[in-house]
Amino acid sequence: MGALIRNGRIDDDDVVLLGDDDTLPVSGRAVVTLARWLAERETLSALAPKVGILLPNTADLAESWPAIADRDLLCLSFPAFGDGRAYSQARLLRERYGFAGEIRATGAAVVVDQAAELLRCGFDAFSLRDDQKAEAFIERLAAAGTRRWYQRPAQVRPVFEERRGA
Amino acid sequence: MYRYDRYDQELVDQRVAQFRDQTQRFLAGELPDEEFRALRLRNGLYIQRFAPMLRISIPYGLLSAKQLRMLAHIARTYDKDYGHFTTRQNIQFNWPQLERVPDILADLASVEMHAIQTSGNCIRNITADHLAGVARDELIDPRPYCEITRQWATFHPEFNWLPRKFKIAFSSSTTDRAATRVHDIGVHIVRNADGELGYSIYVGGGLGRMPMIGHRIREFLPEADLLSYLEAVLRVYNRLGRRDNIHRARIKVLVKEQTPARFAQLVEAEWAQLDHAAFRLTADDLARMRAHFTEHPYEPSAAADVSFDRAVANDSAFASFVKRNVREHRAAGYKVVFVSLKPQGVAPGDMTSAQMDLVADLAERYSFGEVRATHDQNLVLADVRQQDVHAVWEALRGAGLATPNIGLLTDMICCPGLDFCSLANAGSIGVAADINDLFDSLDHLHDIGEIKLKMSGCMNGCGHHTVGHIGILGVDKKGEEWYQVTLGGSAEDDASLGDRTGPSFSREEIAGAVRSIVDVYLEQRRDEEETFLQCYRRVGMAPFKERLYAEETA
Ligand code: SF4
Repeated sequence: MGALIRNGRIDDDDVVLLGDDDTLPVSGRAVVTLARWLAERETLSALAPKVGILLPNTADLAESWPAIADRDLLCLSFPAFGDGRAYSQARLLRERYGFAGEIRATGAAVVVDQAAELLRCGFDAFSLRDDQKAEAFIERLAAAGTRRWYQRPAQVRPVFEERRGA
Repeated sequence: MYRYDRYDQELVDQRVAQFRDQTQRFLAGELPDEEFRALRLRNGLYIQRFAPMLRISIPYGLLSAKQLRMLAHIARTYDKDYGHFTTRQNIQFNWPQLERVPDILADLASVEMHAIQTSGNCIRNITADHLAGVARDELIDPRPYCEITRQWATFHPEFNWLPRKFKIAFSSSTTDRAATRVHDIGVHIVRNADGELGYSIYVGGGLGRMPMIGHRIREFLPEADLLSYLEAVLRVYNRLGRRDNIHRARIKVLVKEQTPARFAQLVEAEWAQLDHAAFRLTADDLARMRAHFTEHPYEPSAAADVSFDRAVANDSAFASFVKRNVREHRAAGYKVVFVSLKPQGVAPGDMTSAQMDLVADLAERYSFGEVRATHDQNLVLADVRQQDVHAVWEALRGAGLATPNIGLLTDMICCPGLDFCSLANAGSIGVAADINDLFDSLDHLHDIGEIKLKMSGCMNGCGHHTVGHIGILGVDKKGEEWYQVTLGGSAEDDASLGDRTGPSFSREEIAGAVRSIVDVYLEQRRDEEETFLQCYRRVGMAPFKERLYAEETA
């Protein structure tokens, strides 16, 4: 598996991603699928540290949000490089539902060339795809975070607002 | 026209650097094929049948003379000395080398141009009426809104990986010259009953396989709320558009599957939850953008000219050019001059570097330094004093750019087809030449009048055949080229999709079939005023069908 980038650097991956039939780990932090979470919520919510959730990119947050609102780690998925649904999910989580925990990008689009788009949409942790160079990704993240883009979402005041001030 | 400030320039320059890096990584084997494909597509680079093809963005069709000269330079330096203007108001180069594309993009950036989002499953070039700002039937110049939308769509982080490509067109005139009803989103700029400016929003139109006319999902959207509404439409599409089947991935399929009414509800529900204030266009935003598109300083004295009428009276060749290729301008004493890129024997829309340079010179000398690309693959010099039209005509004629056929049968739209495109079932350029040959007498053409003939090499319909008055589609039959014909399509206000005549025609038969169709029209029309489209709508398919297939069995 590729490196985990968090807070702008390579970080220890403390998470164990569980299949729906895997037994719960004795130590460490588990991430389960949304389906398993919904089915076993009572048992799983007792665990510490809090269990994280892997959301399919087809999940409708308007429906799922109440069930996941108290979590502090949500993993979103990019099953294919060109499948952009999770960008919308990340924005909705941040902007509409005010989710303040970790949003982790996983899957085929977690690559150097997508660093800017991921960051801007609200991801703050990135499970890099195997073939990716962590340093290059970190560099891109840093650049994207200081760059002026035309529109929101962005880390820096967007161009259209900047022009208003001019 | 719109001029870059340092923000625009920075964004484009960074993009060039980024693509240079991606190209190098690809050539070094560090970037997987599939991924480089997706990334290069967002920079307008396709790999075609023989070579890469680079599509360059011309936002809403507007070019400065300087930019047109740069396109000429690119044609000369990196290509085989010509470029191909498309039906999306863009230009394509068919023979650039992959290694040199970053250099081309850098050259473009030096004149405020780029190839960003000209292909790939993202928001594409925003298109508009090629007569914007000079048309008499216009409510307000749509281009400031197009530019606002272009900037909103450029590098939008959420909508760069949509289910499929996404096209937005604007119109603000009584005649829709931007084919808005066959776009993913068509925006009509309107005034409501209280006289306020705003938009009617149409969604889900499109050509290609499953052609559809767009549905109006909102009758009136206030002027300030354009971007939040677009954001809502795109988000619904990004989340719910189909990704399991590339042929069902356009927004039109989603709109159809949901039904337009339910789709409109989804958009409205999403829109209601957006932070409108964050998107709202202020009066200053709009004023700042409008200042880029102010009217040219037209000379009132131009109206006093009498030489134009005299030249029309005395020179019949000039008169026929004026009749077909010159349109009325809003300002007295000015004319709109069409540059025909449809001479005989040349693929529609093709232009050599020398021709580009010449038109750039004419624009500078006679038309405030601006040129427009049309949806019909011609160019327009939009602001020529009428006393100068004769000189412009002579210069164009000398360069083979004055064929008086705008709107006529030989002003056909034609995709690059078999000759370049790896998807083509059949050649379209050769057929275009055949049809040209059959109708080579211009007198005859004038007699036939307005007919929009549109031709595509495959179902993708880049030639917009389904909205041609006569549409021709290349199909593959056991390895042979065949052609399906449709009649009665239109992309204007009365937008409609053409009806199929019946079985397809072979390569040998197709030009003759077009002639039969025209013959039937000439026999059937009430008088010379009745256009092909009106006539077809009145008499229906039967007489055409009868002639077309009777001849086949006879
Ligand atoms: S219509 Fe088909 S053949 Fe023609 S350019 Fe488009 S994809 Fe290629």
